Amino acid sequence: MHLPGYVNNVATPFFVTGDPMIYASDVLIVLTLVAIVFVLTYFKKWGWLWREWITTVDHKKIGIMYLIAALLMLFRGGVDAMLMRTQLALPNMRFLEAEHYDQIFTTHGTIMILFMAMPFIFAMFNIAVPLQIGARDVAFPYLNAISFWLFFFGALLLNLSFVIGGSPDGGWTSYPPLTEWPTDPGPGENFYLLALQISGIGSMATGINFLVTILKMRAPGMTLMRMPMFCWSVVGASILIIFSFPALTVALALLMIDRLFGAHFFTMLQGGNPMMYVNLFWVWGHPEVYIVVLPAFGIFSEVVATFSRKRLFGYASMVASIMAIAVISYLVWLHHFFTMGAGPGVNSFFAISTMSVGIPTGVKVFNWLFTMYQGRIRLKLPMLWAIGFIPNFAIGGATGVMLAVAPGDYQYHNSYFLIAHFHQVLIGGVVYGMLAGMYYWWPKMFGIILNERIGRWAFWVFNIGFYVCFLPQYELGFMGMTRRIYVYPAGMGWTALNLISTIGAYLMGIAFVLIVWQVLYSIRFPERDVTGDPWDGRTLEWSLPSPAPHYNFARIPTVTARDAWWAEKEARRRGEDVQKELRPLEPIHMPNNSGRPFILSVCFFIGGFGLVFEWYWLAILGGLGVMLCLLLRSLETNTDHYIPVEEIRRTEAALGRL
Amino acid sequence: MSSEHHEELRGFHGIHRGFPWSHVVGLVVSLVLTFAALWLVQAHAMPHGLLLAVILVLAVLQIVVQLFFFMHFLESYGPRYHVTSLALAFVFTVCIIAGSLWIMTFGGEQTY
Repeated sequence: MHLPGYVNNVATPFFVTGDPMIYASDVLIVLTLVAIVFVLTYFKKWGWLWREWITTVDHKKIGIMYLIAALLMLFRGGVDAMLMRTQLALPNMRFLEAEHYDQIFTTHGTIMILFMAMPFIFAMFNIAVPLQIGARDVAFPYLNAISFWLFFFGALLLNLSFVIGGSPDGGWTSYPPLTEWPTDPGPGENFYLLALQISGIGSMATGINFLVTILKMRAPGMTLMRMPMFCWSVVGASILIIFSFPALTVALALLMIDRLFGAHFFTMLQGGNPMMYVNLFWVWGHPEVYIVVLPAFGIFSEVVATFSRKRLFGYASMVASIMAIAVISYLVWLHHFFTMGAGPGVNSFFAISTMSVGIPTGVKVFNWLFTMYQGRIRLKLPMLWAIGFIPNFAIGGATGVMLAVAPGDYQYHNSYFLIAHFHQVLIGGVVYGMLAGMYYWWPKMFGIILNERIGRWAFWVFNIGFYVCFLPQYELGFMGMTRRIYVYPAGMGWTALNLISTIGAYLMGIAFVLIVWQVLYSIRFPERDVTGDPWDGRTLEWSLPSPAPHYNFARIPTVTARDAWWAEKEARRRGEDVQKELRPLEPIHMPNNSGRPFILSVCFFIGGFGLVFEWYWLAILGGLGVMLCLLLRSLETNTDHYIPVEEIRRTEAALGRL
Repeated sequence: MSSEHHEELRGFHGIHRGFPWSHVVGLVVSLVLTFAALWLVQAHAMPHGLLLAVILVLAVLQIVVQLFFFMHFLESYGPRYHVTSLALAFVFTVCIIAGSLWIMTFGGEQTY
């Protein structure tokens, strides 16, 4: 501990040792890898994996890969959560050591926000947006593949830290001066910085990609005000991504320069100021919260309208509130550090701007309620999660306004009250929303409907577990329990509430297992969606077969109304001839598959790994690989192809659509 | 992607045949601006307040370079979305920079 940093670095073992749980994980990782390699080789699936998935630029497949990654990361982050809750279940627990606990809460937060919530929303973007606006792919399909693989290798880099080099342990916010080299030597924080940086490039590209897709590639007749609400929420989220991620990039890059090259941007001495990191982090961090929650709002809007068999109430006010939330989110970031002491003027301004977020959010909640009002509600799984979300979000919003009161925040700050609040909005908002979206679009992705009965069990166990877990934490916060403590003495009066909270966490874990079982059961005993429109949907994705052919639309539809597919079905019900204007098929222009996004991202991974361990030869090698991939792409001319009419006709005939 | 739409994009690319001089110029100018700012600070080339003002001016120039040389600011097809997004960007930039300066002065306790 008293060694200078560089000695400590040399002494840091490459593989993490000493903890039996880590050894068990080592064994499990090796066994899983062996199993994957064996299965792929035995069933001769390597070529299939390369051709169909790794090199794909099809937004639907990229969406599915995002979804799988998000669920795996939900598992990893969830295991972290349950380890923490086990350690806190009783006073004076000796389940985890302090350092191990620090690492686990750090990776839990980082993974849940950046490697679970982000890919989950990107999964929904990819699966739904092009289908909803009547497009055949995103604006930049090749870039879309790069986004996914950069995210994938960023996530891999962070998860690797668990067994190689040691996990980051400075909290998911990674505040200096604690995370500067002298106080936190070793590769752990470097893993955090590089993993976020690499996946951040991918997120940025996704934001640009989907904004351009929505602005430029809508089907003829689909004006902005005829778009499905989910697409509007993606517009909002994309704008936030584009403008906020640069702040994170700068904060992480400066901290990395501090750590690796001995600069003093955020040190306490030589003119550095750690508060600037906090400021920059939350310039990104607050919009990030809305980046993940706006798409969830969009999904709820789709789900509530579909399962109430009514058009969405207050469409224009929904659009206005999404945009208002997007703009206001740039005026509130200081509320994450009221206690930094910026003075009463600053604190008052940010307190009031924060409270004003409640207005557009309230508008949205009432719009959902009015959409349901006098609707013919069907409580299918997506609707169940949407309805479960509303009380959740009301409580989360109310406690959020409590935290926005700056003098009050001095009391609640960094207590379990805060923990309970942000889990209430992030799980109650984002996770509920993404699960609703997953159930909603699952038939469109895979052509099967997930088993309803097991899904109901999962919902109820999760919903009950959620309240059991987090309601006691509000009270624990009031009783003075602060976040990030790994052990507490008996006799504080915290024991019973902590035990209850842990039981709730385990209930949510059981619910996750139920969801996995539901998926496996539904694959084994599939309920096929042969109509392409299992929910009697309203938007264009339900006009396609499930799963959609790789070119999506044989003919680009012409849109005449909001809820385009519903309008067409209504016209048919009235007996109008909607076939009359059926144009002849034309060859379809599609992008070529490419392996380069994958290879490019591998190079990023190699470069990032090199920087983590300060093996600069490896970092330079990775960087050169990146340059080479970019150069090759710049010189590439053969990037696209046409699908002949005959092939389209065959595909459509096989789907029964001709 | 509809075929008409793609033809349009292809025409769009057609404008840029030949060596991308504007990108090279943009790269060089942005590097010059960056290193100028670094040198000014490292060399303590001028009094504190003036230094801050000059760096801000260099930063604004950097934005202009990015917009014109890399972001194809003057090219557009269809609705002029980039005017809207630029206005939004302006609002966000002012909020973030003015807000950060305000926050980081700690009510006059700390000066930069």
